[in-house]
Amino acid sequence: MLDRLSFPQPWLSLILFVTWQFLSDGISGGSLVLGLILAWAIPQMTQGFWPERPSFMRFWLMPKYLARVLKDIVIASFQVAALIISPRKPRPAFVCYPLELEHPLAISILASTISLTPGTVSADVSDDQRLLLIHALDTENEQEVIDTIRKRYEQPLLEMFK
Amino acid sequence: MSPFAEYAIAFLLLLGGAFTLIGAIGLARLPDFFTRLHGPTKATTLGVGAIMLSSVIYFSARGEGIGISEVLITVFLFMTAPVSANILAKAAMHIGVRTMDGTEGKPWEQ
Amino acid sequence: MITIALYITIAMVTLAALLNVYRLIKGPDAPDRVLALDTLYINAIALIILLGITLGTRMYLESALLIAVMGFVGTVAMAKYLKRGSVIE
Repeated sequence: MLDRLSFPQPWLSLILFVTWQFLSDGISGGSLVLGLILAWAIPQMTQGFWPERPSFMRFWLMPKYLARVLKDIVIASFQVAALIISPRKPRPAFVCYPLELEHPLAISILASTISLTPGTVSADVSDDQRLLLIHALDTENEQEVIDTIRKRYEQPLLEMFK
Repeated sequence: MSPFAEYAIAFLLLLGGAFTLIGAIGLARLPDFFTRLHGPTKATTLGVGAIMLSSVIYFSARGEGIGISEVLITVFLFMTAPVSANILAKAAMHIGVRTMDGTEGKPWEQ
Repeated sequence: MITIALYITIAMVTLAALLNVYRLIKGPDAPDRVLALDTLYINAIALIILLGITLGTRMYLESALLIAVMGFVGTVAMAKYLKRGSVIE
């Protein structure tokens, strides 16, 4: 019985609660109660969909990673914009990226990062979660794409999920 | 409103509009589906982000407080853009959309 | 100055929406159309924010938030339908 009243994912509950306070018109008694109910009910209902939790995650490395990604998003947009306007044809390529990460959450973070950063969109993960299929918009050298991603994004994530 | 805030708002607005337009141009003129995917996921998302930022600055410069809704929308868009791009790419690979000539490598089948 | 910038930006975003409609009509494949719709709703959010700044009101932000959520769910549902042939299995 107590099990059903607990918060299986405290972080998710906290985020839901705070978001609900922002969404409602000022903090009041009603929004606090409703926020608590939502923070309890949504993790309970969606529990079956979540992958297993990482055993250990270094949260404090996240801001640095996010800052790097944000900077790269701006650069990426300028590069893609320049390519879209220029009359020359792009040289697209599908690249198979061998993953070193193992945790599903880490892989999905990496895939999202790849989609938002210069010239690449992640298209698929192989069934055994060892390969990531990436579509690069404009590249001459596949190895270069792989090396950049490994150095810039996968290493920090490996640190985080070690 | 301070002139600095005005310049910042105008600059961010124009930047956001330009990026949104460039994303749409990319969607309209790039040759195949997978290349078209790049324009909206990057340029348009950043364009809307810049417009949101200008809205945040505008309303806080008028003394109406910092808009949390804008920040929430922006965060939500930045989180969902890669997800929808990924799931659309999967759908396109499943259907077997034609890729442009000169594409290196192939989408796999599994 | 903000007014001029606003009008130019509204013109650019509207033109972007028209280009999306062009892609929506032309296709050629179903994923292209879904992608065009996806971009179209993001442009609609941008237009709503711009309208809010023009009128000096914050009221429209709620609708922008709703469009963001609904648009994402719609895109995922359509992409899933294209891939599997059904939305809810």
